[in-house]
Order: sequence, then structure tokens, then C-alpha cells
Amino acid sequence: MTAHLHLWLIPLLPFAGFLVNGLLGKRLPKALVSAVALGFPLASLAVVVRASVLFLSLKPQPIAWAVTYASWINAGPLHVDFTFLLDQLTVLMLLIVTGVGFLIHVYSVGYMAHEDGYWRYFSYLNLFLFFMTVLVLAENYLLMFVGWEGVGLASYLLIGFYFERKSAADAGKKAFVVNRIGDFGFLLGMFLLLSQFGSLSFTQIGVSLAANPAMQGGILTAIALCLVLGACGKSAQIPLYVWLPDAMEGPTPVSALIHAATMVTAGVYMISRTHFLFDRSPFALAVVALIGAATAFFAATIALVQTDIKRVLAYSTISQLGYMFLGCGVAAYSAAVFHLMTHAFFKALLFLAAGSVIHGLNGEQDMRKMGGLWKKLPVTFWTMTAGVFAIAGFFPFAGFFSKDAILYEAFQHGALGKGLYVVGLVTALLTSFYMFRLWYLTFFGESRATDHEHHPHESPWSMLTPLVILALLSIGGGWVGIERFGAYLAPVVGSVTDPALEAGGKSLDLTLSVIAVVVALLGLLIAHVFYFRKNDRAAKLAAAASGPYGLLVHKYWIDELYHNVIVTPLVLGSRYILGWVGEGVIVRGSAWLLGGVATLLGELVRRWQSGNLRSYSAWLAAGAAALLFFAVVGAVLGIGGTELRMVWVGH
Amino acid sequence: MHSSLWNDIPSFWYLILSALLFSLGVVGFLIKRTLITVFMSIELMLNAVNLSFVTFAHDWHQVKGQIFVFFVMMVAAAEAAVGLAIIISIYRSRATLNVDQIDLMKL
Repeated sequence: MTAHLHLWLIPLLPFAGFLVNGLLGKRLPKALVSAVALGFPLASLAVVVRASVLFLSLKPQPIAWAVTYASWINAGPLHVDFTFLLDQLTVLMLLIVTGVGFLIHVYSVGYMAHEDGYWRYFSYLNLFLFFMTVLVLAENYLLMFVGWEGVGLASYLLIGFYFERKSAADAGKKAFVVNRIGDFGFLLGMFLLLSQFGSLSFTQIGVSLAANPAMQGGILTAIALCLVLGACGKSAQIPLYVWLPDAMEGPTPVSALIHAATMVTAGVYMISRTHFLFDRSPFALAVVALIGAATAFFAATIALVQTDIKRVLAYSTISQLGYMFLGCGVAAYSAAVFHLMTHAFFKALLFLAAGSVIHGLNGEQDMRKMGGLWKKLPVTFWTMTAGVFAIAGFFPFAGFFSKDAILYEAFQHGALGKGLYVVGLVTALLTSFYMFRLWYLTFFGESRATDHEHHPHESPWSMLTPLVILALLSIGGGWVGIERFGAYLAPVVGSVTDPALEAGGKSLDLTLSVIAVVVALLGLLIAHVFYFRKNDRAAKLAAAASGPYGLLVHKYWIDELYHNVIVTPLVLGSRYILGWVGEGVIVRGSAWLLGGVATLLGELVRRWQSGNLRSYSAWLAAGAAALLFFAVVGAVLGIGGTELRMVWVGH
Repeated sequence: MHSSLWNDIPSFWYLILSALLFSLGVVGFLIKRTLITVFMSIELMLNAVNLSFVTFAHDWHQVKGQIFVFFVMMVAAAEAAVGLAIIISIYRSRATLNVDQIDLMKL
């Protein structure tokens, strides 16, 4: 490749935006802050588009392009460089990250227009873009980890944006700590990789594995499971999903960008990028698939009864990420990445539209107080409808194609796969139901608003334009089809079983697709029955099944469980260590010891100063005698450098 | 001057005498309870050293030793003067010259 792609610009432009807005933003006028905040990501997007076009137009076909900017670590056998890798998967992820990211920046200009700390918000958002692009471009685990940790940091900063609110600050801490647990797994995986392969570079590990086709399981399973723990933390899967619902404390565009479209997909991206490792460990893949399916179902059940519009979407994100994990677990990486892409479109759209609703209702997030908005917020309504139909998996919206691809691949994956397919199908039913529940509660029926001062108003065009663009993507984003998508990604992740090639594959694919649409329709119908017109069917069902209902409303009491079983003992233990051991034993103890020793010595030496004249003179004499003794002995024995020449002159 | 009487006693015995006198002085310095007696022991030590200086001066035919004796005597005299003045002042404030009771330095 002779053309210079200038990949280094892609992360550094948002970083420059972060610096400018972070250091100077407080004193700049808001228009300039917005210009900086939008300009740098737009420039980064431009570089991405140019690089993608150049890369994809390579003849006869694009090959992966790695460029090393500098050597980073050179310590004995450990060599890690600042290397960026550009291949089909990276191009896709970069387009999603910078493209959707830029749209959300535009949206934020409208949404955050009246907020204090406007400059701070955009500097953090640009910082996030920097780290996310580093994560995606990285060619080795360590550089990816830099991006991994960095997006966690940006997430913490943005979730706790309204830091004066205790719940927001706590949510930020929770997100960071839970992510850290996942990062621990990632670190362990890296250490094991180093010990096994001596390198952290994807290309080198890939080459080592390819040269050793017999290597299976064992240490590779251990590495894979450690990395999966990291992915669970970042992508909010069981058991580390608890931070994502709380993360809704942050501003809505943050939820759209970080907790829907980009950061949470980092785990899926990592697994797909390093699939060659996971392919060698069927056990780890099975674990991934099980976690994915379980999380998808689990989160969907909780979303059924949530009343906060953002919480529903948060659990929906966890559930959809479960689908992606399921896709990875059945080694259908391109299907998982396909769903990642379509999910980025419709979930960002859903969050932004929800933000538009909240903005229009002047901060109301409780769906029980919404209703009758479809006439008052028309653009929001139509764009959100597109998103809801997409996530439910209706043909021909984007979600249908990607979800269908994953479920097909799962079904093909043996007995376990068929079981997981059933779970996925039930989850699709639940997804459709709770999304249409959200749709009906928010937009239809009579207005249940309690705040009669403010009238719902449509959002400004800075907010609506991204919604429209994302709606178009949600409608048409899946039309590329899994076959072409799989073929596009095949050089990176290996090919997926093509339904067209398998015996009876096409008809099976068609059957499963029809079942999926039927299930989505069923969810719509049930939601319609319960929520279209005001009735008490939902309340009666909740009362009749109060046990399960209570369990769902309290999110299976998982937060309380974690708090009592893990957090409280840790806090008590660390208080004990800090207080008793650290402060008491070490600090006060060593001070006591020093003082005690000094006092003891003092007590001993004090006896020498008795004031008694005769004792002084006695010591004086003794000292003189000792000196004399050593001098004589030295002279006699010839040591000590003393020389006494006694010359007897006899006269 | 070499009188026969002088040559009969080797210098060795003078040094022994000097050492003996010095030890007596040290012992007296340590044992005696009266301040004046302690002082006298100090003078005894000084004079023992004088004897030793003179003996060596004779032995090595150098006059330096005898000159030094002058210095020692002069210092002894000055010291005696100052020391006695201190003793008188102690007696005036303490009404005793027992060394065990002069321990003002102890708290």
C-alpha cells in the first residue's frame, strides 16, 4: 500500500479535541466549544472514510495492513510496539465508532445545550472516541488494553457527569469497579498468553497457532476463559452486567454512545478479533454461548416490568449483547459482528429517541407518566418506531437479518445449539413484547403526565437529524445480508456456514426466519392487548403472579446479593486492614517501638550520669588504663600502629 | 656530672618509683572522701610525672625533659590556686567537703 493512510490521525484528532475542550473549554464561548467538539470527530471520520475507501479498493482484494509507529516495550524477551492494524473488521468497527459517534456528538449539541459543564461533557466524549479508536485499531493485546481501560475511564467520567447527585457518582464508581473485575481477567489472559507465546501481538499469536494445528484446549482454554471474563465485564454479561442499568444515571447520549453502540461491543470485538484463540477451545466457546443465551433471556425477563424508559433499553442492550455472545459462542463471528452493527444503529436510535422524549417531557423518564405522544412528537415517534421494529426483528428491518443469522447458526451447532436456539427464540418473543410495551406506553393512549405546566415539545433539528439518519440505517442496515457480510469478513474471522450451500439449508433458513417473524408478531400482539388502550390487564396479571413479578421488579435481587455477599465483607475487611493492621499495628506500632527503644536506651545510659564525682573519676581512670593497655599490647605485639621505642642508654 | 653515687642507682628504679607514686595518686584520687585529699592526690600524680620526665632527660642527655618539668610545675601551681578557690566556695555553700555529697549535677 503506497498511499499513506495516516491511521494515527484517527485517534489523535479526538484526543486533540479532548485537550482543547478540557483545558480551555471553560473559558471559550459555547459555539466554539461545539465547533471543536464536532470538528475533530468529523475530521477523524473523514480520515476513516478515506482509509476505508483506499483499503477496500485494493486489487485484487484488500489485505490486512499493519503499521508500527514506535517501539513501546523492549524488556528482554518482551517486545510490544505501538502497532495499528487495518483490516475489514477494523474498517467496519471504525466506521461504526466514528460514524455513530459523530451523529451522537451532533445530537448532544442539542440535548446538552442548557447544561452546566457543556465543555466538560464534550471533552470526555472526545476522550472516549480516542480510546475507543485505539482499542479498535490496536494490533496487540496490550495496546487494546490501553483502549479497553480508557473507555472504562471515559465511561466512569460520563456516567458520573452529574457528579453532584450521589446516585450518579455511585453509578460511575460501580461501573468502573465492575469493569475492573473484568479487566483482571483480561490481564490474567495476557499474562498466560505471554508465558505461552512470548508475544502479545495478534499476528504473531495467530501465526504461532497456525503453525501448531494440534494445539487444543488446556492452556488455551484457560486463556480464553480469562479473556471471556474481561469481555463479560466490558459487555455487561452475567455475572458482571450490574453496572449497565445503573449507568443510565448519565446523560442519555452517553447511554446511546457508550452503553449501546460502542464500548459495550468491545468484548464482542475482542473475541471476534482473536477468534483464532477461541476456535481452539470448544469448551470456552460453549461457555461463551451459554453465558450469552442465559444473559439474553435473563435481562429480557427483567426488562418486562421496568417502568423507567432508559432502564428498559439498558436491559435490552444487555440482552442483545447476549445474542452477540451467543453468535460468537457458536463460532459464527461474522453473524455476531453483523448483529453488533445493526444493534449499534437501532439501539443508538432507541436511546436517542428516548432522550428526545425525555427532553420533550422536560426530564420525565417514567413510562407510567407518558402516553399520547405520537401526535405531539411526530419525528421522534416515527424514528423510534423504526428502531422498535428493528429490534423486535421484523422483516425487512435491520434487526431481523442479524438476529436471524445468529439463531440459524446456533440451530446448526449441534444439540447444545438447538437448546440455545430455543432460548434465543423465547428471548426474541420477550424482546418484541417489552419493546412494544415501551412503544405503546410512551406514545399511545391518553397522556398520563402529572406535570401539567410543561407541554411536550418536539426536539430541535440538531437532535432530530441524527435520529432520522439512524432510522434509515435501522431500516436498511441489514439489507447487505449475512452472506455478503460473511464474505466481507471472511479474511478476518473465517467463513460462516452459508445457508445457500448446505443441503436443505435454504429451506431451513426460510423456516427459521418465518418462525422469528411470527414470534415478533406474537410479542406485538400481546403488547397490544395489554397496553394499547388503558386497561388493567397488566395490573391484574402482576397481582396474580405477584411472586415472580416481585422477583423481576427487584431484578432478581442480584444487586442486593452482590452487596451483601461481596461488597460488605470487602469493605469490612479493608476497614479492618486499614484501621487495625495498617493504622494500628504498623503506624502506631512502629512509632511506639521507636519511642520505646529510645526510652529504654535512655534509661540505661542515664545511670552513667549520676552526679557522683567518684564514679566519674573511676570511669576516667578505667578509660585511661584501657587506652594504655591497648597501646602497650599493640606495641608488644607489633599491631595497632603503635611504636614505642625504649632506648636504654646505659651510662 | 657523673658522681659515683648517682651512677649506683639505675634509672629503672626511678621510673618504678614514678609509677608507684602515680598509682598511689590515682588510688587516692578514687578512694578519698575529702575534697582536699583528692586534690593532694592530683598533685602527687603530677609530681610523679615530673620525676619520670627528669629521669628520661638524664638518660637521654636532653634538657627538654627538665624544661617540661617547669611547665608542669607551673600548671600545677595555677591549678592549685584555682582549685582551692573552688573548694573554698563549695565549702561556703555546702558546709561540707565530702565528695559524695557534692553531686549538684544530679537532678
